[in-house]
Amino acid sequence: MNFSLARATLIAEADMVGIAGERAVCDPRGVLYFPDLRLLAVSDLHLEKGSSFARRGALIPPYDTGATLLRLQAVISDYQPSIVISLGDSFHDGGGAERMHQSFRERLEALMAGRDWFWVAGNHDPEAPADLPGETVRELAIGSLLFRHEPSKVRTEGEVAGHLHPCARIVQRGRSVRRRCFAGDGGRMIMPAFGAFTGSLNVLDRAYAGLFRRETLMAYMLGAERIFAISHAMLRPG
Amino acid sequence: MRGGANFRSLAPPLTCLPASSPRKRGEESSLRSPFVPILLGVRARARYLFRVTEQPRLAEQNASVALPEQFIRWFGEKGWSPRAHQIELLARAQAGQSVLLIAPTGAGKTLAGFMPSLTELANRPRRKPGQAHCGIHTLYISPLKALAVDIERNLGKPVEEIGLPVTIETRTGDTPSHKRQRQKLAPPDILLTTPEQLALLIAAPDARRFFEDLRYVVLDELHSLVISKRGHLLALGLARLRAYVPGLQTIGLSATVAEPDELRRWLVGQNPPGEMAGLITVSGGARPDISILDSRERVPWSGHSARYAIPEIYEAIQKHRMTLLFVNTRSQAEMLFQELWRANEDSLPIALHHGSLDVGQRRRVEKAMADNALRAIVATSTLDLGIDWGDVDLVVHVGAPKGASRLAQRIGRANHRMDEPSKAILIPANRFEVLECRAALDANYLGAQDTPPLINGALDVLSQHVLGVACGAPFYADLLFEEVRSAAPYAGLERQTFDRVVDFVATGGYALKNYERYARIRQTKDGLWRVSNPRIAQQYRLNVGTIVEMPELNVRYVRQGRGMAGRGGPVLGKIEEYFAETLRPGDNFLFAGKVLRFEGIRENECVVSNGAGANIIVPAYAGGKFPLSTYLAEQVRGMLADSDRWQALPEQVADWLRLQKEKSVLPKRGDLLVETFPRGNRHYMVAYPFEGRLAHQTLGMLLTRRLERANARPLGFVATDYSLAVWALDDMAALFKAKKPSLAALFDEDMLGDDLEAWLNDSWMLKRTFRTCAVIAGLIEKRFPGQEKSGRQVTVSADLIYDVLRSHEPDHILLQATRTDASAGLLDVSRLAEMLSRVRGRIMHKHLDQISPLALPVMLEIGRESVNGGANESLLMEAADLVEEAMGPRAKPDQEGLT
Repeated sequence: MNFSLARATLIAEADMVGIAGERAVCDPRGVLYFPDLRLLAVSDLHLEKGSSFARRGALIPPYDTGATLLRLQAVISDYQPSIVISLGDSFHDGGGAERMHQSFRERLEALMAGRDWFWVAGNHDPEAPADLPGETVRELAIGSLLFRHEPSKVRTEGEVAGHLHPCARIVQRGRSVRRRCFAGDGGRMIMPAFGAFTGSLNVLDRAYAGLFRRETLMAYMLGAERIFAISHAMLRPG
Repeated sequence: MRGGANFRSLAPPLTCLPASSPRKRGEESSLRSPFVPILLGVRARARYLFRVTEQPRLAEQNASVALPEQFIRWFGEKGWSPRAHQIELLARAQAGQSVLLIAPTGAGKTLAGFMPSLTELANRPRRKPGQAHCGIHTLYISPLKALAVDIERNLGKPVEEIGLPVTIETRTGDTPSHKRQRQKLAPPDILLTTPEQLALLIAAPDARRFFEDLRYVVLDELHSLVISKRGHLLALGLARLRAYVPGLQTIGLSATVAEPDELRRWLVGQNPPGEMAGLITVSGGARPDISILDSRERVPWSGHSARYAIPEIYEAIQKHRMTLLFVNTRSQAEMLFQELWRANEDSLPIALHHGSLDVGQRRRVEKAMADNALRAIVATSTLDLGIDWGDVDLVVHVGAPKGASRLAQRIGRANHRMDEPSKAILIPANRFEVLECRAALDANYLGAQDTPPLINGALDVLSQHVLGVACGAPFYADLLFEEVRSAAPYAGLERQTFDRVVDFVATGGYALKNYERYARIRQTKDGLWRVSNPRIAQQYRLNVGTIVEMPELNVRYVRQGRGMAGRGGPVLGKIEEYFAETLRPGDNFLFAGKVLRFEGIRENECVVSNGAGANIIVPAYAGGKFPLSTYLAEQVRGMLADSDRWQALPEQVADWLRLQKEKSVLPKRGDLLVETFPRGNRHYMVAYPFEGRLAHQTLGMLLTRRLERANARPLGFVATDYSLAVWALDDMAALFKAKKPSLAALFDEDMLGDDLEAWLNDSWMLKRTFRTCAVIAGLIEKRFPGQEKSGRQVTVSADLIYDVLRSHEPDHILLQATRTDASAGLLDVSRLAEMLSRVRGRIMHKHLDQISPLALPVMLEIGRESVNGGANESLLMEAADLVEEAMGPRAKPDQEGLT
């Protein structure tokens, strides 16, 4: 397998984290890559969110699907994974795949070609996306990892989930910085939302209560070029 | 009508200008019994307190003024006679004209505005039982809900005393829905309301019937309405009303403005373009007695607190019946209030009034003020407009007034009678403000006016209106375009732009035509545009208006020691979310005149308890920052250049200027002074454009970009209302000398081209502006039916939408509207452009060995605030490094998580 230079530099030790013993790259673009498994995980694409709003009278720009796919294309072409897991809420609603413009559908299919592609069912898209290849699953266990959309209430080592759209906030010198983030305590990892129109929820919100061991919780905040690992004690609500 | 001041007789002369093409309502304008013609100035005494400007034609015109008998009787009983401008306005209105009345506060403007309506209604036959109700006769529109309520009270009294069969009601956001419904079925004769409510009434399917009997629209505080997007919305609403009722007359009431003709055009349909309402000007009033505090204390170099003057302010309060203290920002109001209570040994009743406080609390303060139960009120612009309560006999203005017109308005608050001089004291907070106060004071005496110029109608507002019109009734694009162009702010609108707006309203106006099936309005075969489904109208009604607030949190008070678990305490008011976010639990801050301890944020609430401690943070409200007006800036520059005028300044300030002259130089009136000097291991450049903080901030951003390109390695800048300091690692004076670049090239106007464009695109300011435009234009909603979105969610999605739209369709109409808004508002680009062009070839460079006296104020601001690119990333880096410092190098990934 041709291990490109780009890939080699991408997998710098600095951005590596451990999840139940598996090594993963927290990419600042918001995806998780497991080099040993050649597996790329991406969560909460919320494709066709724009048209979903438009149906209800809020005519927000119809460019979100295109923008999300473009960014997905970039990470896939960098890592060339053999397995891609889309961790649920891949479409903003059940009719999303059907509404998707033909040109976007073609681009998505081109990305999927030649890889094992799993659509994990999410609360927005519990059914398989219409007329798209790939396998739709409730959850997926690979090695010591368990991929599912909603993190479970009981502690599960090796769980990789999405759904909550984590972000973190710090205040430094009187100024506040809020970014999307990966949230992990070494045992469980919750991924940031990848979609262009997705909002986010602070990791200190009560929705995360009981999901992490506080003492080892880190927020891996997405920077422009790198990840910033911030410990629980530094984080602020809101 | 306290003391009858409003009706005391007065002397001519009057001057008035006729309308450029008066509308004829011949059959109604002539004399009718039981009307008795009265002549002007019957009981005139020789008082020259008002000069109402006049034309020869007047007497002849007024001979035909018809004042109903009961009015004359009423005036007689009161021992008053109508004022000249009241009669004049009545005469013009009866002749079918629309009129602009410009008069200072206390001139009886309100009664004048309603005279045409009241006299007409007095003569209207009573409705017989079983007869259909008449529609609204007169619509009164004011910028403030409180003003509408106030007018209801003030107008109700004479109406009752005269015995007029006239019903007066308010309709505001606070009006209960059963009352609104009843108003639709049985409309009052006079409806007092706000621009937003007018937009709502127009969007209702029964709008045409509701307004078919409308005769007059009275627009109060017109000078403050027309300068905002609310004014645009209102102008479009008026155009709609004129389409319903072609003979509709408007009466505008305004304080003195620089360009009355702009307002005169605004009041009437612009077909043909340039048509104007008539003008009646009442000038004068007693010359105000204004002084600048010549403090015993040392006036500080910088800052805005004016803490030094607290003892002297307190003494002034003690000496007067009721003192109104104006400040420019809400945080200043909090600070001043706190400090006054600290000094308040006699426990005088001193109250606080600003827009963030809970409505109930504000109403209590207003009532106490009306009852004369207070000795002092600390207030911001919420009390600026023409609400008259209580016997204020002193106005104290803390901080520089930022504009001569604003000063005149605020001073008008004192002694609400035109024939007694208002008394006011200005308290400059720092030395530059001393200059500014002096300039404002001179201007006020000279009667100079510096109201901002009107801007073209905003496209986001037009989008909202187009959807509103469609919600009311189907429209033809051709007719609506003509109607919109008849509104003065949109007189120059091009058809192509209008069509893009309609396209935006229909399907979002995107190049990618993906949303045809979700269109909000559709053109049917008959050519009419119709709302495609009733839900659209429902959503529109929830989102109407142009005021988009910063996301705010309720301040919820809980008992101390309960922390976040405390529940159910009172709400003290609202604070901006971004401020609450910078607080840590345990921080103390000033709000609602109390020291509060921040406990935390719970949903949309900021939970607080009783606080204490010396380390108090004052809320850094975004609202209420005014730039120095262009006119006043010019005056300040003039004063600096002319040492003869320094005699009027306090000695310590004059000394400071003399020292500057000695150590550096003072710029000539039209020149721009730029000083450079080293300090520590940095090199500083300080420029003194006096163009206001917004323009300086924009200039600072652009200059640092250029200096970066010239490899001067700039580190940051700070801007005040008066000057701008930039600091760098390299010697900028040496660069200028070597012409790499020259100072003239650095300040060249071409920075407003690509540099501005490039910077704008990354600016958070543009995002904030976009959010406002998107909400007004109806792209994102303030509320969905049944669910209130929190500010956070709107902010986030607006930012994301902005990013996506900018990269995919940079020419989208909403992005165009955003850029226009940002250039005019937050960035003050036009002002910067004027300045750069003015100083071309007139930049005076002075290199110094050390900081100059004039540079001191801005240099003291450094460290309080600094701006640099990529700051957020470096803050994150700092936080991440802190972690590393505290916890040692990050654990290797394969060890982490294996605990």
